[in-house]
Amino acid sequence: MTDKPKKYVIDLKNLQFRWPGKAGWQLQLPNLQLAAGQHLFVRGASGSGKTTLLNLLSGITTPNEGELWLQQQPMHQLSASKRDTLRAQQIGVVFQQLNLIPYLSVLDNVLLVARFAGQPLSASKARASQLLVRLGLTEPMHLNTAAQLSVGQQQRVAIARALLLRPALLIADEPTSALDADNRDAFMQLMLAEANDSGTTVIFVSHDKALRQYFHWYLDMEQLAQGVQAC
Amino acid sequence: MLMKLARLSLFNRRGTVMMTVLSLVISISLLLGIDHLRHEAKHSFTSTVSGTDLIVGARSGQLNLLLYSIFRIGNATANLSWESYQRIQNHPQIAWTIPISLGDSHRGYRVVGTNQDYFQYYRYAGQQQLQLAQGHIFEEVYDTVLGSEVAARLGYQLGEEIVLAHGIGQVSFSEHKDKPFTVVGILAPTGTPVDQSVHVSLEGIEAIHIDWQQGAPMPGRRVSAEQAAEMDLTPKAITAFLVGLNSRAATFMVQRQINEFRGEPLSAILPGVALSELWQMLSMVERLLLVITLLVLLAGLVGMTTTLLASMKERQREIAILRAVGAHPRSLFLLVQLEVLLITLVSLLLAFALLFVALWFGQDVLASRYGLFIGLNPIRASSLQLVGVVIGLSLILGCIPSWLAYRRALTDGLSVRL
Repeated sequence: MTDKPKKYVIDLKNLQFRWPGKAGWQLQLPNLQLAAGQHLFVRGASGSGKTTLLNLLSGITTPNEGELWLQQQPMHQLSASKRDTLRAQQIGVVFQQLNLIPYLSVLDNVLLVARFAGQPLSASKARASQLLVRLGLTEPMHLNTAAQLSVGQQQRVAIARALLLRPALLIADEPTSALDADNRDAFMQLMLAEANDSGTTVIFVSHDKALRQYFHWYLDMEQLAQGVQAC
Repeated sequence: MLMKLARLSLFNRRGTVMMTVLSLVISISLLLGIDHLRHEAKHSFTSTVSGTDLIVGARSGQLNLLLYSIFRIGNATANLSWESYQRIQNHPQIAWTIPISLGDSHRGYRVVGTNQDYFQYYRYAGQQQLQLAQGHIFEEVYDTVLGSEVAARLGYQLGEEIVLAHGIGQVSFSEHKDKPFTVVGILAPTGTPVDQSVHVSLEGIEAIHIDWQQGAPMPGRRVSAEQAAEMDLTPKAITAFLVGLNSRAATFMVQRQINEFRGEPLSAILPGVALSELWQMLSMVERLLLVITLLVLLAGLVGMTTTLLASMKERQREIAILRAVGAHPRSLFLLVQLEVLLITLVSLLLAFALLFVALWFGQDVLASRYGLFIGLNPIRASSLQLVGVVIGLSLILGCIPSWLAYRRALTDGLSVRL
């Protein structure tokens, strides 16, 4: 294999992927490197390979060809089980909506990631509470079940969970699509502020071009060959 | 961790989960109940005849003789004469006999005509002798000693007068009203049909039938109780008698001699052999019952699997979230299996509780209607085996939804098809 990259959070070389049994590559990405704190905006309509890219980045699937390094770990070589653990420790994920398990309390939802990463809960609890309060969820709300929260609040709890262990990478898949314009801007600012605070690199996927303004780097799924561009 | 998720997830779906538990509780308690009754019935039957070597009656099948003489089930085909009884009684190998005369009843409880030997020699549940709870055994013609349940059920005290009825129905139109009996003793509970018997002397049986013929009062002829008591009350016939031998080794010899008795056709049977014939006859039914209850259990478990499978669709989101926070696919398999285990364990506990309550209420009915004395504790080696079978089967069937969760976790990844 090639030399171990040193400084990148994510380092991706000649990545190629296709679903088993289908002809042609679903995803071809020649080159992508992100250093710590370099946030990336990925724009793509549905069907453009967005989901595939997210599954690859988070280690749910592995590329057929090419290399994918996360924090100097070769994701393309690790076993499924190791990738799962690495995901718990190094990657936070925020979905479009319904990020939380409805019957668990807000705090337990945040602490889920610590449990699967094998981290002691006592240490994580204080940070979970802090994060939630900074994200605008007051202490009494922490013991409510997730189902009692508004959509905007749920998305903010999802950020708290994604950033709890100060992961290297935060993957956000259209997290603002269920929010109205005011909530959306507040959400973007809070998310990026907290990510910077945790030293986490954000990969933000959306079809909404207006959100590009928050990022320095930009990748268009329809023009992958061009690679990452500056905004 | 997974335990907390499984518990809360089940609680979140408590409506459907409760119905699943209900159906499992019914099928499991059926299975355990049938198994329990099977063992207790055998135990109850075996303990009833523990001290008796032979039972002698008019010639008939050994089961029939056993059932009517000991268990008060069914009727005698014929009686045997007093002379034959006297002659056999003097056999050198015979240590004791207990004569039994049946055919009357008191409010559904059978009347047993016998003599003092009954209280001296009858043994149950190993080597236990009958004990009086109150009073003494009968001495006069019109004395009666009640089984514990008869006294408790009908609320009789010592000194009370009761009227016997002809025949063994619950309701009888021909009663021996003119010759009432006085309660002089009440027996301690034994857990055998003795508890449901009304014991009187053979002379008492003779006295109440002295002015009867062909099962009905003779018209125009009335003998008062006092007059009857003065007459010769030596019985002419008895229904059967129980035999205790000096030595067990002589059993087959004495049996053969009685079977070949010249005076009249008699049958002598070994209670143990007759009981094992009964178990053989019932074993088919037993096995059939067991198979049916196992199928009911299977239906309950399939129901659980169906419910869990149906829930997997709405749980895609849950699976995606757990995957995103780093759960392995095998954790999801385990999560669903844990839910299966929780449902099964809760159902098992509730089934045992239900069974206990049902037995507690049903005990009296079973005892008075069927002469079955059932212990309350349904936990035994065989029921623990069944518990193992239930848990094993549920985990095997639980693999279906668990495997689905595992597959979903692998293939769907973080995407959710809504």
